Amino acid sequence: MARSKELVPGVGRFSRSQVAAKRGLWKGPKKSEKPAVEPTPETVEKSIGGDKNGGKRLVPTSKAPRFYSAEDVRQPKKSRKTAKPTKLRSSITPGTVLILLAGRFRGKRVVFLKQLESGLLLVSGPYKVNGVPLRRVNQAYVIATSTHVDLEGLKLSEDLNDAYFAKTPSKGAKSAEEEFFEEGAPKEKEPFPQSKAALQKEVDSTLIAAIKKTENLGKYLKSTWGLSKGQYPHEMVF
Amino acid sequence: MSDSTFKRFVEVGRVVLLKSGPYAGKIAVIAEIIDHNRAIIDGPTTSVPRQSYPYKHLTLTPLALTKLPRGSRSSTIKKQIEKEDTVNKWNNSEWAKKRAAVEKRRGLNDFARFNVMLEKKRRRDGVRKAIKASKA
Repeated sequence: MARSKELVPGVGRFSRSQVAAKRGLWKGPKKSEKPAVEPTPETVEKSIGGDKNGGKRLVPTSKAPRFYSAEDVRQPKKSRKTAKPTKLRSSITPGTVLILLAGRFRGKRVVFLKQLESGLLLVSGPYKVNGVPLRRVNQAYVIATSTHVDLEGLKLSEDLNDAYFAKTPSKGAKSAEEEFFEEGAPKEKEPFPQSKAALQKEVDSTLIAAIKKTENLGKYLKSTWGLSKGQYPHEMVF
Repeated sequence: MSDSTFKRFVEVGRVVLLKSGPYAGKIAVIAEIIDHNRAIIDGPTTSVPRQSYPYKHLTLTPLALTKLPRGSRSSTIKKQIEKEDTVNKWNNSEWAKKRAAVEKRRGLNDFARFNVMLEKKRRRDGVRKAIKASKA
């Protein structure tokens, strides 16, 4: 009576026929479609040379390890947890003007372009308007405003992904001094890669065209945000 | 009473502004005085149901219905309010206008606040220039 929970001792919730229907024995035994995998044999017979060796011998296919640790080593517990993909805040849609709250560009108002694979937000100042380049930000450090920039006609190239923003690995260990003063003179700064500059320009051209359509929007993006006396962000509308 | 400086009284027919509760910011009329702490108020034209309300949570306005009998029902109060055009009088008062303006400013978004800032700057600049021109 495993399926038919007892109502009172000796009386099940379901009738005999109901239980029989639930057990589903009339369906017959389950058939699996998997093709039988030929198991690799544990031992292989090999011919052995020499007179007194019996000619043949069973040899294991995989050799047993030579080393056994004297003490039992605990296996670490396998974790089946996986990180969920970051959920984009509902107030953030492509074209939303965001206020950055942390980092080098804190206080700047920027335009949201899209969410990247890593869950970070891809934003652009645009660079020409307020000096904020194409950049990744965490949505936790952002205020979403209700102002939108029309992004119609904006095509983001496939190159704009998380790998685009990855740091180039540094070459070997060098002391900071050595690196800074190469041959006695301060080293020249590496120029900004032209491909990145071109990509920035391409994205910004459509953005700036859209920004120009609304009066004062350019000025707004150029200005920085801050709180003054008596202003409480949780009581304000953005 | 002629030498009293008091102008607004808790009286039947007095228009009151509600300060708290779900009807905060709406006006109503005192229909009946219960005791020193509460009155029955009613606002049939401002969607405030008839209820008892503590004076603590009311503000008296300079408006009042004339000759409202005490304990009047909603329909009588409604008729009187419409006859005396009280809601319009309230809406056109400086007090109500200021409240509406404050409410509007509070509801502005970030971009609108920025635009207000620009307009204020423009006005300041205009005033400054006009003053300078008049002094010269």
